[in-house]
Amino acid sequence: MSRAANCPGCGAPVQFAWSSALQTACPYCHAILVRHDVDLAKVGEVADLPPDSSPIQILTEGVFDNRRFTVIGRIRYEWEQGNWNEWHLLFSDQTSGWLSDAQADYAVSFHTAPPVEFPPAGELPLGRVFQFGGAQFRVTHLTPVRYVGFEGELPFVTTDRSEFLSADLRTQDARFATIDYSENPPLLFTGRFVTFEELRMTNLREFEGW
Amino acid sequence: MVAAPRVPTPAALNCPNCGGVVELRGFSHTRSAVCIQCCTIIDPSTPELRVLQQFDERLRVAPLIPLGTRGKFRGRLYEVIGFQVRAIYVDGTAYSWHEYLLFNPYAGFRYLTQYDGHWNDVVTVHGLPSFTVHAGRKAVHYLGQAYRHFQNATAETSFVMGEFPWAVRVGEQNVVDDYIAPPYVLSSEQTGSEINWSRGTYVAGTEIWQAFQLKGAPPPARGVYANQPSPHGGKVRQSWTTFLWLSLAWAMLLAFFVFSASNREVYRHRYHFVQNSPGEHSFVTDVFTLEGRGNVEVELRTDLDNNWSYFNLALLREDGAQGFDFGREVSYYHGRDSDGSWSEGRAKDAVVLPHVPAGRYYLRVEPEMDAQASAQAPSGMTMNYELVVRRDVPTSWLFWLAFPFLLIPPLLTSIRAASFEGQRWSESDYGTASGSSSSGDDDE
Repeated sequence: MSRAANCPGCGAPVQFAWSSALQTACPYCHAILVRHDVDLAKVGEVADLPPDSSPIQILTEGVFDNRRFTVIGRIRYEWEQGNWNEWHLLFSDQTSGWLSDAQADYAVSFHTAPPVEFPPAGELPLGRVFQFGGAQFRVTHLTPVRYVGFEGELPFVTTDRSEFLSADLRTQDARFATIDYSENPPLLFTGRFVTFEELRMTNLREFEGW
Repeated sequence: MVAAPRVPTPAALNCPNCGGVVELRGFSHTRSAVCIQCCTIIDPSTPELRVLQQFDERLRVAPLIPLGTRGKFRGRLYEVIGFQVRAIYVDGTAYSWHEYLLFNPYAGFRYLTQYDGHWNDVVTVHGLPSFTVHAGRKAVHYLGQAYRHFQNATAETSFVMGEFPWAVRVGEQNVVDDYIAPPYVLSSEQTGSEINWSRGTYVAGTEIWQAFQLKGAPPPARGVYANQPSPHGGKVRQSWTTFLWLSLAWAMLLAFFVFSASNREVYRHRYHFVQNSPGEHSFVTDVFTLEGRGNVEVELRTDLDNNWSYFNLALLREDGAQGFDFGREVSYYHGRDSDGSWSEGRAKDAVVLPHVPAGRYYLRVEPEMDAQASAQAPSGMTMNYELVVRRDVPTSWLFWLAFPFLLIPPLLTSIRAASFEGQRWSESDYGTASGSSSSGDDDE
C-alpha cells in the first residue's frame, strides 16, 4: 500500500506507509507535506522535535488486542508541566490508532464517533460523568495543550500551534477517553491504559546502558 | 535491555547557583534536578537552567538506597533517581517517611516508600476507584476489592534529592487519603483540583536489600504498619477450622462411647421413707449382679418439694471383698418473689462410680431428713423415692472437660490477630475506636 513521491522542497523521496495519510514531514528537510493524492504540497516546516526520551520511534512495531501495529507518525504535545507523545499507529488492517506515551506511562486509543454531544470547552466541569460504551467516564483532568512538533505520517492536516483544551476521562476499570477541543465539534478518542510489556514492542530505541 | 549492562556515566549539568555537578539519570523526563551541594532545585528542561527553589541545607537527609543504585526489582531493571522526605503533622509532631523514585526508560517510574522500616512498592493507578461505605466506614472499591479508609492527612515535602519528572518544591503540601486492604494501600493525592491515585504493596525490607544488593541489613520494622499483612490473618480461620474438625472427632468419639456402653438396668425399687419412724433407718437392698467391666450409676428419684434429704449410701460386694461408700444430698426448693419465680436444686440425683469390678452386689441405704423440723410437723416428714442402679452408663464429662482445651488455640490466635489489628488501627484516624472489632473479617 505504500506510495512514493518526491519532496517539493528538497526533492528527496518521500514514502507513505499508509494510504489514508494526509500529512507527513520530509525526513530530510523537515518540510510539512500535505498530500493531494500523490502530489505533495509543502505547507510549512516543522521545528526540530525537542529532545525526548520516549523508547518508541517511527517504525516501532507491537501488538495491541492481538492486532499488529507499526508506528508511522507522532504528534508531540506540550502542557504547562511537560510534554508527551501521541504515536500514530497503523494496524495491519489499515485502521489507525494512537499510542500515548507520557513519561513511559502508556495508553492506546482510537478516534471514536461521539455518542453524546459534549459541552463547549469552557463549560465542561471536572468530575462530570458521561455514560457511553457500557461504562461511566468521569472527567479527571482539564488541560490546556498545544502541538509542539510532528513527525511521520498523520491522518489530518495541521500546522496550528495554538492552545486548545484536552479533557481526560477515566473509568473504574482503567479505560480512558480524551475529548480533544482542537476542532469543533470536539473529537473523541477512547481506549485503555496498557503496560509496556503487553504491547510486546520491537524496533525500540536503544538507550546506552539499558 | 541487557541484563548486566555497563552503566554509563550519567549526563550532567553545572548548577547555575554554585557550579557544582548535577547528574541526570532520568533523561529528558526530568523536570526537577537537585544540586545537593547547595540545595537548589533546577529545571533542566529550560535552556537557562531555571532555578525552581533553594532550600535550607540543614534539611538534608541521607537516603538508605544511594541515588544511581540499580537493581532488578519485580522482574525489571530499575535505577534509583530521586529521593524525597515527606511528613505529616499530628498534634505538632512530624511523622516523616522516605520515597525513592525508580526509573526504567522503557517501563517508566515506580516508587518505594519507607516508614519506620516498613516498605511499600507504589505504582500509579489508572482506573478510578469508586467511593463506598464498608463496615460503617468510608471506603473505596477498586478492581473488585474494598479498601477501608485509614487516614486523611496533609503531607508536606521536607527534603528532595536527585531528579523528578515533575516540578518538586520543598514545603509543597498535598492532601493524602489512605485506604487499606492489606497487603495493599490505595492512596489519593489531591493537588489543586486534581486527584491522583496510586497503589502500594507491602514489601519486606530484605527483598529490597536483595534487589539492590545493598550492604548490611534493612532497618528493623517497628510497630504495625497500615497495610502490613497480618501474620495471623489466615491462621484465625485455619485455627477455627481445626477446632471444628477436632470437635467433630470428639463428638464422634463421644457417640462411640455412648453407643458402645451397655447401659443395663440391674436394679429398680420404690421406697417410702418416714423420718419420724422409730429405730434404725438404714436397710439393704436385694442382691444384683454386675457383669463385665465399667461404671455403675446409682440414681435417686424423690418427690421432694421445698425440702431436702440426705442419703448415706454404700455399694457392697456380697462377699465383702469390695465396698464403695458415698453420700448424696437431694434438695429441691422453688417459689416466687419480687423478681419472679425461682427454683433451686432438683428432686432427683445420680452418681456414677467408675470402675466397679464384676460381681454380686447390694446397696446399703440410709435416708435422712430434717429431724427437728420433722418432729414439729403434724404428721412428720415423709418422702417417696425410687432407687435405680445401672451398669456401664455412657459418660460425657470427659468430653466437656476437654472441650475448653480445644478452644484454647483458636481463641489465642483470634486474640493475637485482634491485637495486631488493634495496633494497626491505633495509628489510623480511627485509633480511639476499638480495633479488635475489625479483626473478624480481615482473613477473608
